Amino acid sequence: MEVLQLIVNGLMAGTILAVPAIGLTAIFAVLRFTNFALASHMTIGAFAGFVANVTFGLPAVASLAFAFLIAGLVGVISDELVLKPFRRSGFITTAIGSIALTIALENLVRFIFGNQLRGYDLPIQRDWSFSGIRVSPQQVENFVVAVIVMAMLFAFLAFTRTGKSMRAVADNPMLAAIKGINANVVARLVSFVAMGLAGLGGMLIGLDTTIDPLIGFKTILQIFAAAVVGGLGSIPGAVVGALVVGVGEELSLLVLSPAYRTAVGFIAILIVLTFRPRGILGQRAY
Amino acid sequence: MEHYLVAMGVTAGIYAMMALGMNVIWGMAGLINLGLVGFFAIGAYTSGLLTLKLGWPIPLGILAGMAAASVSGVLVAMITVRLRGDYLAIVTLGFAETMRVVMSNELWIANGTDGLSGIPGPFRQALGPHLFNLQFLGIVVAVTVILFFLVERLVHSPFGRVLRGIRDDEQIVAVAGKNVVMFKVKAFAFGTAALGLAGALYGHFTSFIAPDLFAPLLTLYVKLSLLAGGLGNSIGAVVGAVLVVFFLESTRFIIPWVPGISAVQGAALRELLIAIALLVVLRFYARGLVPERIAQPQLPSTPAQASLVIGKST
Repeated sequence: MEVLQLIVNGLMAGTILAVPAIGLTAIFAVLRFTNFALASHMTIGAFAGFVANVTFGLPAVASLAFAFLIAGLVGVISDELVLKPFRRSGFITTAIGSIALTIALENLVRFIFGNQLRGYDLPIQRDWSFSGIRVSPQQVENFVVAVIVMAMLFAFLAFTRTGKSMRAVADNPMLAAIKGINANVVARLVSFVAMGLAGLGGMLIGLDTTIDPLIGFKTILQIFAAAVVGGLGSIPGAVVGALVVGVGEELSLLVLSPAYRTAVGFIAILIVLTFRPRGILGQRAY
Repeated sequence: MEHYLVAMGVTAGIYAMMALGMNVIWGMAGLINLGLVGFFAIGAYTSGLLTLKLGWPIPLGILAGMAAASVSGVLVAMITVRLRGDYLAIVTLGFAETMRVVMSNELWIANGTDGLSGIPGPFRQALGPHLFNLQFLGIVVAVTVILFFLVERLVHSPFGRVLRGIRDDEQIVAVAGKNVVMFKVKAFAFGTAALGLAGALYGHFTSFIAPDLFAPLLTLYVKLSLLAGGLGNSIGAVVGAVLVVFFLESTRFIIPWVPGISAVQGAALRELLIAIALLVVLRFYARGLVPERIAQPQLPSTPAQASLVIGKST
């Protein structure tokens, strides 16, 4: 029974983790670098949602939309001003630039909001129990939101012209340019959607617990683990990877202390890179 | 004040050692290492624990710290160097964070978040705090100078040429019959040993280490040192380290003058300034104050001269 409860928790957590993991992998697929600034955008989303929810008194779902919007906008602006010029000088420069950016933005949030833990303004609800498995209504709501957002994203990528052009650039930038797809527009769009997803994910994680400026940096390793396990650059891979990492972390509680949750993600990365570097649904890793 | 300047000098020396080590990994071999703080921590903890708990002599502890950091560097490199650089970035960052989690939670190794205190320093009791610091400054300067010349030797050796070749075009080096993976692993082994050395000396100087000291921000400081000085050359690494320590310390003095901010805001502002400094340097002065000198071979300008040159060499 305990194992079943852990698996349910893991699937719920994994679904939420998948949202920012999709953002990370989408940036990798289209812009071809690992964007560590995802961490600060999760923090920004979590705090934007906090302002909407606590200061303006909006319900959680509306606040999530606000978190997406603000994180997405900051993502486009920071990419345009800071990261885009770095991309020409290679991925090491870009990766280091994105780490510096994430520390800068995180401290901007810390400057405004301070270091203390904050919670969202949520109605207190009793846990639901299904034949011994307990879930909180908030968990279910987060799960449903994450699933709907991902379904919308898949529909956008599969059926709309813009979504198709994004996939085209990810697949073969040269061919996409020949067909007249404007790479700059696609880059901005990817930055907006990916960082928006990061912000949304940051708030979803915060809804389950509390938020502080480090919320993004504390989860970034799990998100990288999800993306790498699934195959960096593959969006369905990010979802599968996130579920594997989510369930793996919960099951690790059977043998390890809860403090080692983040280490589980790291171990997952090492195992996958050793035996199947392309990830479960992989793309090129070499 | 003198006390403060001496401590600042020791910090600059330790940063310079890290910058020299990173120069081999990043500047010469072109490999990314976002987890240098993890290797620094391994050096500090290994040496600290061995000298404190098992009573090893300090030089032996430092050597063990270097070895431990180097071995973990080799392991990390072996898993990732075959893959694209992005994976090395993720794994090294993950490695540093995981090290911090382990050190924070395993009370039996090193007291968890409380840290390890009372790490012995050479002749700490006999010299008193003032002379001890001066003596340590001497040790750090000597070690930095030795490391500097070692790295310089490496730069001009065939090994260094292959590393720079890998950085500039891996495929050509592979075609030339060099085992690229082995060279990368060796670069990591050497660089992480220098990081471990810096960590071990840091622990023996301050006598206290805790997981919180090994935050990712330290990684940024060293990157900033290397970039400010000029990536790929040893003088730049040392100059950059001194500049960065000076910059870091001066922000400490400037921040209290900003009116109406709390201590947390001051700390946030300081980190913000440092991150922005790194971004600016990375963007506009990526070649640094002392740019890498690349030896230009004397190329013959006309075919006639070419045959002359060839004739001479044979």
